[in-house]
Amino acid sequence: MTFTKTLLASSALVGLMAGAAAAQTEIHWWHAMGGANGERIDRMAAEFNAMQSDYVIVPTYKGNYTETMTAAIAAFRAGEQPHLVQVFEVGTATMMAAEGAIYPVEEMMADAGEPFDGDAYLPAVVSYYETPEGELLSMPFNSSSPVLWYNADALAAAGVDVPTTWDEMETAAQALVDSGMECGFSFGWQSWVMIENYSAWHDMPMGTQENGFAGFDTEFTFNTEAVANRLQRIADMQEGNLFVYGGRRGDSLPMFTNGECGMWMNSSAYYGSMVAQAEFEFGQAMLPLDTDLADAPQNSIIGGATLWALRGHDAAEYEGLAQFMTYLSSPEVQAWWSQETGYVPITTAAYELGQEQGFYAENPGTDTAIQQLSLNAPTPNSRGIRFGNFVQVRDVINEELEALWAGDQTAQEALDNAVERGNELLRRFERSVN
Amino acid sequence: MLKRVHFPASLLPYLLVAPQVIITLIFFIWPASQAVYQSFLIEDAFGFSTEFVWFENFEYLLQDDHYRDSFGRTIFFSAAVAFLSMSFALILAGFADRVIRGSTTYRTLLIWPYAVAPVLAGALFLFMFNPTIGIFPYLLEMVGYDWNHYLNGRQAMFLVIIAAAWKQVAYNFLFYLAAMQSIPRSIIEAAAIDGAGPIRRFATIIFPLISPTTFFLLVINAVYAFFETFGIIHAVTQGGPANSTTTLVYKVYNDGFIGLDLGGSAAQSVILMFMVIVMTVIQFRFIEKRVQY
Repeated sequence: MTFTKTLLASSALVGLMAGAAAAQTEIHWWHAMGGANGERIDRMAAEFNAMQSDYVIVPTYKGNYTETMTAAIAAFRAGEQPHLVQVFEVGTATMMAAEGAIYPVEEMMADAGEPFDGDAYLPAVVSYYETPEGELLSMPFNSSSPVLWYNADALAAAGVDVPTTWDEMETAAQALVDSGMECGFSFGWQSWVMIENYSAWHDMPMGTQENGFAGFDTEFTFNTEAVANRLQRIADMQEGNLFVYGGRRGDSLPMFTNGECGMWMNSSAYYGSMVAQAEFEFGQAMLPLDTDLADAPQNSIIGGATLWALRGHDAAEYEGLAQFMTYLSSPEVQAWWSQETGYVPITTAAYELGQEQGFYAENPGTDTAIQQLSLNAPTPNSRGIRFGNFVQVRDVINEELEALWAGDQTAQEALDNAVERGNELLRRFERSVN
Repeated sequence: MLKRVHFPASLLPYLLVAPQVIITLIFFIWPASQAVYQSFLIEDAFGFSTEFVWFENFEYLLQDDHYRDSFGRTIFFSAAVAFLSMSFALILAGFADRVIRGSTTYRTLLIWPYAVAPVLAGALFLFMFNPTIGIFPYLLEMVGYDWNHYLNGRQAMFLVIIAAAWKQVAYNFLFYLAAMQSIPRSIIEAAAIDGAGPIRRFATIIFPLISPTTFFLLVINAVYAFFETFGIIHAVTQGGPANSTTTLVYKVYNDGFIGLDLGGSAAQSVILMFMVIVMTVIQFRFIEKRVQY
């Protein structure tokens, strides 16, 4: 009996919901957040849908970042594009070049009559996604920055402090190994952490034309002695396992959470995974500084993704989308999202709300990424990067660096090869968009 | 002098072959011609600007060292996968053929892996060989061998070969077993009476008699290793480290769907298409002559 009742009740509910949905305007949002973050996205959409009755946000998980972007592009070519798509930061140049496909978010908000204040956002976050004229192209959503994750228990056992410079990194790694750890440190997303951010952190350009911001006719220049020296020293640290390479992206995370490596450089957004997996005291600290190159760090650059509005829908639908954008960047939503995930709150108000709530005081180190990002006003070297075909370029950098870690070439050779191959990809991109 | 025979014109034969022709047109000729057309273009991802460049995409590929390397790598990978999976399947089938009691159980167990999707097979091996949490690196470490396929290209290649071969063993086994069971028992029994042991019977009677199956499987395995191993490579190494497991088909995917270089990717698939055509022709013209039906 109860079962039949439940069934009846639920089918009535489904019928009601379907009826309600038909009267409302659907807004489709394709995203790349699986697992727990996907559930958080569903929760945001549900909350927004409950707040008003004109629009229904329909979030759809489309696979990882590249799969989502490819799906959106294919859908656009077929005239079936969603209103909103989440695209990772390296896809920015590709999206920007597709002027007929994208609806710059600042323009969309203005057209929809939705108030928008660009100054409310963190400069290091929005500067990555602005045109040279300062118009915001896409809405920052989940932004992170690489930090130095450390195993506090292991460092204490080894009797060393959390390193702040690369010299101290080497000492600490040695002490960790001496104290019985299997490896000193490792990192993931090596192009992002060790080239893109390493350059920005020391205020060095990675390519010409303001790292690509000033035009598509940019060339890579990161094969400098400074970067090569650092990478060579890391490669030499493989002797005695002071450094161990553990794969691309976040593949090396288990090496840190299992207690093999005492330090790990990667995105602050691994916070959720750390809380779930690490069975030791862990913390995050700012990226180490190369004292040979700079006296103080500049600022780090972001990773993660933004939300791009795509053209080809009715104006009324964009009004709903604009309202949703306002909702997403409200302090409450951003504070909740950033505290749960380890992503950076994208507005100053959200950061301040987190401080008021006492989150950062209770969880020391969780604001490391935001402090790194807002350390100084971004320079042309530290504003971000905007290179075409950059997904492939990152693969090229991965390949060349892997050959370095495997001992097949020196750091200088690896960087020279990466720059040469990367420049070819830049030229191909320049041709394809002109 | 032959006399011409005129059959009355009829629509029926055309109707009967029509489904086959239509399917071939829609699912093979049309996409293949699209690929050929696309390979002459340099185009942005969204399709806003398109430039017709004739063979420039091909020239770019042929002067690319990494593309040439992936040729050799693909051939090595395919040969290794085909050899390993076929020889293991042959040995297993040879034994299973002799089993009298419980043969159905053996057969079922041996055929099982075929039901596993390539990407899942890849995931299984990925877990077993994960340098940090996998069981095999743990065992290897006991004998002093350091396993890290994230860094060591040869280990990565070994891993994808093993995973791809393991998955194909079941399929090959099925065909070998069927072929062996269709050999008349009387021939084998006659050889046994003449004093030939199991190994000699296998070498001089069974193996030559199943040569058509071996040939068939060679073609199938080559195609499998060329195309269907994509899922395994994608799950296990994603072509890395340092490109050491990037086969031709993986590069097509990577350049087209990750890199959004549609022209270059289409040019690669056109090259791949010609390679398969040439390979099939060679196999049928030269290797087939050595097969006794």
